[in-house]
Amino acid sequence: MSKILIIAEHDGAVLNQSTAKVVACAAGIDGAEIDIAVFAASAAQVAAEAATLESVARVLTIENEANQHALAATLAPQIVAIAAGYSHVFGPSTTFGKDLMPRVAALLGVNQVSDIMSVVGSHTFKRPIYAGSVVVTMEAPADVPVVATVRTASYPAVGGGNAAAIENVDINVDLPQHTRYIELQAGSSDRPDLQTAGTVVAGGRALASAENFELIYTLANKLGAGVGATRAAVDAGYVPNETQVGQTGKIIAPELYIAIGISGAIQHLTGIKDAGTIVAINKDEEAPIFEVADIGLVGDLFNIVPELTEALGS
Amino acid sequence: MDKILVGLKRVVDYNVRVRVKNDGSGVETAGVKMSINPFDEIALEEALLIKERGDASEVIVVSIGATESQQQLRTGLAMGADRAILIETAESIDTLSCARALLEVINREDPGLVILGKQAIDNDNIQTGQMLAALWNRPQATFVSHLEFDGDQARVTREIDVGMEIIEVDLPAVITADLRLNEPRYVKLPDIMKAKKKPLEEIPLADLGIEAGPKISQSSFEPPAEREKGVMVDDVQSLMVALKDKGLV
Repeated sequence: MSKILIIAEHDGAVLNQSTAKVVACAAGIDGAEIDIAVFAASAAQVAAEAATLESVARVLTIENEANQHALAATLAPQIVAIAAGYSHVFGPSTTFGKDLMPRVAALLGVNQVSDIMSVVGSHTFKRPIYAGSVVVTMEAPADVPVVATVRTASYPAVGGGNAAAIENVDINVDLPQHTRYIELQAGSSDRPDLQTAGTVVAGGRALASAENFELIYTLANKLGAGVGATRAAVDAGYVPNETQVGQTGKIIAPELYIAIGISGAIQHLTGIKDAGTIVAINKDEEAPIFEVADIGLVGDLFNIVPELTEALGS
Repeated sequence: MDKILVGLKRVVDYNVRVRVKNDGSGVETAGVKMSINPFDEIALEEALLIKERGDASEVIVVSIGATESQQQLRTGLAMGADRAILIETAESIDTLSCARALLEVINREDPGLVILGKQAIDNDNIQTGQMLAALWNRPQATFVSHLEFDGDQARVTREIDVGMEIIEVDLPAVITADLRLNEPRYVKLPDIMKAKKKPLEEIPLADLGIEAGPKISQSSFEPPAEREKGVMVDDVQSLMVALKDKGLV
């Protein structure tokens, strides 16, 4: 039987949806018994939310002032302290999980499976490599714990309605003092989160300036959409780094992705290939984005986008 | 600080369209252009900038791999690294073993800072820096876009999903470089000539006496599922019709 420990991602108040997606992946392993661990300064609120998730047996809370902010160096030894007895330790392949889980794996003396996109068996998984150009099947050894991150775009979040038991766990390990959180500089935005938005409007280098990106924001506002961008647009300073979609940015799976002035480099396409519907607007009919688009429109974005925004009404 | 250690991985070049071998046993690398992993170039550039402003005295590049990785180390020397170390192995090794080998190099060289790329663009694992920091029992700062020093600590900006996180780490530490940390310099021809005279030490992996990690086997390489061919529309009106048909607007 597989006993799976999932490390919750949260901001101290709200559970990140990535956790419910990791649960969906774990639940695909036959006979999985799933626990979620919530590391926090004060865990009650997040734990209550985690306990509602389908397929979850128990929620473990580990409360400590040092867990106020998620620092891998602080969390990893605590995870190792509770990992005994688990056959699998999973986290999301968000920046939180990517930072944390390899540190856990190394402390446990095992290798890590990154970005699980499908479960073949309890120790056999598929994952993308080379910017998603290749899918490889990985088989982890059965005699050591499987430490893995889950590619969240490959899984829908599990539903709620559960009432899993919540248990407080006391851990007695020395925590390092060598790494200190200072602050988070986040753009204040009431726009939907890029990783969970149902619709995402994204722009590329063809927007040509930060000012022109207003076209993207206006359309996104009309659709209640998140805003994404290519690496080129971020490097050029048109939009902040957290909007970057692709191999080295975010991997997303909205129902609708509207790619505007994006040529479709493979490094970008790997970030959107799980989108429900891809719409591409580009003046170059040979652009690779049209090879993956469900609906393509060739033309000048500076005419088309205002027209589309207008057509969507108010 | 005295030394900065930088990891350089030899990978299939960024611009190559990678293909799976016909028998599904791996990825076609024969005759394919190989380069320094782009994130490792950024890592090296940062180390060189730190040295150039007088905050370090020596930059050492290290690679783990077959003899051919010497090419990438020579490029690193041409960029400005002072010397190179190749941990030589003909076999592909797992990430934990790689981190253990790097730790051995750290134990020999005692660097004040280690900078690696945040990910290698071949396996996209995003693991080595974090594993190394864990084994070394030192701080890690991953996905770094800005780095400054204050005595024996570093103040680091990390690119995370929700924005920029600032953390402070005691040195020595492991830093992993993100895209916007800097723009790597181009190598000039005279520097390539000079690099040939710089020291490149080869150490067989077996001589390090490290224990290999429990290996995760890889089998059945396949191309990803293709998306179905879409439709082209002529104008915004037809686009709206198509979106309405799918119930998306």
